[in-house]
Amino acid sequence: MSLLRNVRDWLDERLEWEDLIAPLRKKTVPLHRLSYWYFLGGITLFLFVIQVLTGILLLLYYRPGANEAFESVQYIMTQVKFGWLIRSIHSWSANLMIFTAFAHMFSVLFLKAYRKPRELTWVSGMILLFLVMGFGFSGYLLPWNTLAFFATKVGTEITGQVPVIGKPMMIFLRGGEDVTGATLTRFFGFHVAVLPGLATLLIFFHLLLVQRLGMSVPPRLEAEWSANPAARREMKFFPNFALRELMAWYVALGVLGALAAIFPWNLGVKADPFVSAPAGIKPEWYFLFMFQTLKLIPPKVWFIDGEILGVLGFGLIGLLWLLLPFFESEYPSRPKRWITGLAVFALAYVAGMSVYGHLAK
Amino acid sequence: MAIWQNRKQIVISRGFIPEKSAFLRSPRTTDSSRLKPVGMTKARSASAARLFSLAALLLLGTLAFAQTKNSCLDCHSALPDPLGVTAEKFSQDIHAQKGLTCVSCHGGDPASDDPDQAMSPKKGWKGKIDRKQIPQLCGSCHSDPAYMRQFNPSLRTDQLSQYHTSVHGQRFAAGDTKVAVCTDCHSVHDIRAPGDPNSTVNPVNVATTCSRCHADASYMSSYKIPTNQFAEYSKSVHHDALAVRGDLSAPTCTTCHGNHGATPPGVDKVQNVCSNCHTFQAQMYEKSTHKKAFDAANLPGCVVCHSNHGIRHPTDAMLSAGPDAVCMRCHTPGDACDRARAGILSDLTQLDEAIKSTDRVLAVAESSGMEVSEARLAQDQARDSLTKARVTIHSFRTDLVDQDIQAGLKVAAKNLQAGKQAMVERNYRRFGLAISLIAIGLVLVGLRLYIKQIES
Repeated sequence: MSLLRNVRDWLDERLEWEDLIAPLRKKTVPLHRLSYWYFLGGITLFLFVIQVLTGILLLLYYRPGANEAFESVQYIMTQVKFGWLIRSIHSWSANLMIFTAFAHMFSVLFLKAYRKPRELTWVSGMILLFLVMGFGFSGYLLPWNTLAFFATKVGTEITGQVPVIGKPMMIFLRGGEDVTGATLTRFFGFHVAVLPGLATLLIFFHLLLVQRLGMSVPPRLEAEWSANPAARREMKFFPNFALRELMAWYVALGVLGALAAIFPWNLGVKADPFVSAPAGIKPEWYFLFMFQTLKLIPPKVWFIDGEILGVLGFGLIGLLWLLLPFFESEYPSRPKRWITGLAVFALAYVAGMSVYGHLAK
Repeated sequence: MAIWQNRKQIVISRGFIPEKSAFLRSPRTTDSSRLKPVGMTKARSASAARLFSLAALLLLGTLAFAQTKNSCLDCHSALPDPLGVTAEKFSQDIHAQKGLTCVSCHGGDPASDDPDQAMSPKKGWKGKIDRKQIPQLCGSCHSDPAYMRQFNPSLRTDQLSQYHTSVHGQRFAAGDTKVAVCTDCHSVHDIRAPGDPNSTVNPVNVATTCSRCHADASYMSSYKIPTNQFAEYSKSVHHDALAVRGDLSAPTCTTCHGNHGATPPGVDKVQNVCSNCHTFQAQMYEKSTHKKAFDAANLPGCVVCHSNHGIRHPTDAMLSAGPDAVCMRCHTPGDACDRARAGILSDLTQLDEAIKSTDRVLAVAESSGMEVSEARLAQDQARDSLTKARVTIHSFRTDLVDQDIQAGLKVAAKNLQAGKQAMVERNYRRFGLAISLIAIGLVLVGLRLYIKQIES
């Protein structure tokens, strides 16, 4: 133990990290019946780290290119020692990360944690959610299998519906008029360089804000605690909350391992651009609610093309959602109930449409 | 639109089509001048051409009314069968679509409302075409390459000469008018191109068309030939392929018998007919001992084992000693051929079973999420070997069949090994998972106890 202490002291003399971690030692986490929702952000972060690590390992063997991508993933799944595990964990973790990111967003919404002064935390978190969906969209194409190929084709086609900038945007995404090997290489670039860079910067910013502003407390509880300060209960972030978070990470690791071992991620059939799209092709589950909505919009609404209306509608909703904290009344006045109502509706809509999209033929 | 020089009528058509009723009129001229629109060759300047075009348009506008007048259909659309022909029915006819009218075959003057004028022999009216005249009437156009080229340059023009060589044609020439003539198969007044799914001679409909006579026992009674061909064919593998699977390359009556030159293939020619599609089987049979034996006994090759119209999907049971056995119809139980038959059957069964059991293992591995697509793909090689062995049977040589069987067994064994390895790997993964989950569980318990300790 003395050796460990010596090393720590040696490092501290040079890095002065005691000053650096001092705020962490003082940091507390409010303790109440909804405290467990605080774990979601941490679990999402853990899954992101898993993604980075497994992604780096996959990069050792993955080769981007229409003629090599599928074969290289097949090689990873069959020949590389524990390649199946790494790829399956990467795929499952990606899906779980998107799920926990959505759950985190809704928990923040319901607990009203986005209110002043945490508007920027919300905005950075929302941008991170969009980036995570971008990770999903770009990564889905990389194995270059039939489903991924046609899902990308449909997805980029929808992007092309945006007036004025849609077509150039679609050509930029595809690297040409059609989904080809050029699309694959640029999606690979987005997936392993552009998006991780942006996401890492934003995650640091997001965590910095969380650290600076502390954990939010639901308004009603905040009011109770203000009225009766003796009722306020807290837990030290380190080690008490951090150890609990660590337990959550271990559970997530167990779930990931079980999913990867019992349901290894399917490889599918190599994409063939010259065959017709399989019947009933659908995007990944996290895009399903939007896809199904677009399918249900009539071809013409008044004089506007239905699909364009849908795409513009989702764009506008996304923008308004991003700016949601700015519609909220300032603390400590009475929070606006319509935002909670809207959140309930959004959750029901996203869940309902996703299930409908999954069951629809 | 065009005005044709050698006609009393003005024909206004989409396709610059000459009226043709050669059978009813003077001998045809096929020189190119017939096909040239009046005046166009004389046009010397652009302004003259414009003036002419304007005049022609005015003239044609006036004459269009006269052209659309078709007193034949006016009356016959109101008449009952067999004289009834509606405009709707006739519009389906390929000839009508190409610009031919009633006059083309029947003559007469459709511009006249007076029946006596319209159906006046002086106007070339021939009335109902005598059955004896039908092949010659159709042939007057369809045997003329220069004429037919205008409509379809790739269409054959030897139908009539082929018909003369057919059983139908020969009997017809001998005065038997019960046999099929053109209109019996192609219908009349609503003749469609063979590619039209509703055509009576579309591959899908040919068997039904032939059966209208050949399955009619009373109609065929004077010919003393069987009438069960259609019933047998309807149960055959060829019918399944054509009618059920929609494979238009599958054979129907005309594929083996010919169409216009229809005749039964002779006993010694059956093999040539089948070999058009079943090439490898025919090549092997050609070199086999059976070929010599069948020829010597004047047996009809392929038909001996597979029958003719009612060819069923061949199964390995044909090699058995059971009810579907074909070998034992000729061979004696226990002889060398019987032993060879049993050996081949045993080999085929062995490979078939090996493929099926490998498929089962691979399916379980795949449903467990294991990547066995390569082995799944390689199974096709084993199946190919089995198919090849079944084809090689037509050589009637056990050594050649055995070569294919062994090749297939080798591939199936390799794939089975891949499947078993995948299952071992699956179990290894699950064991590893169990160990990992236990380790994670222990860490969780440890963490919980530690938290309890520091918070107490």
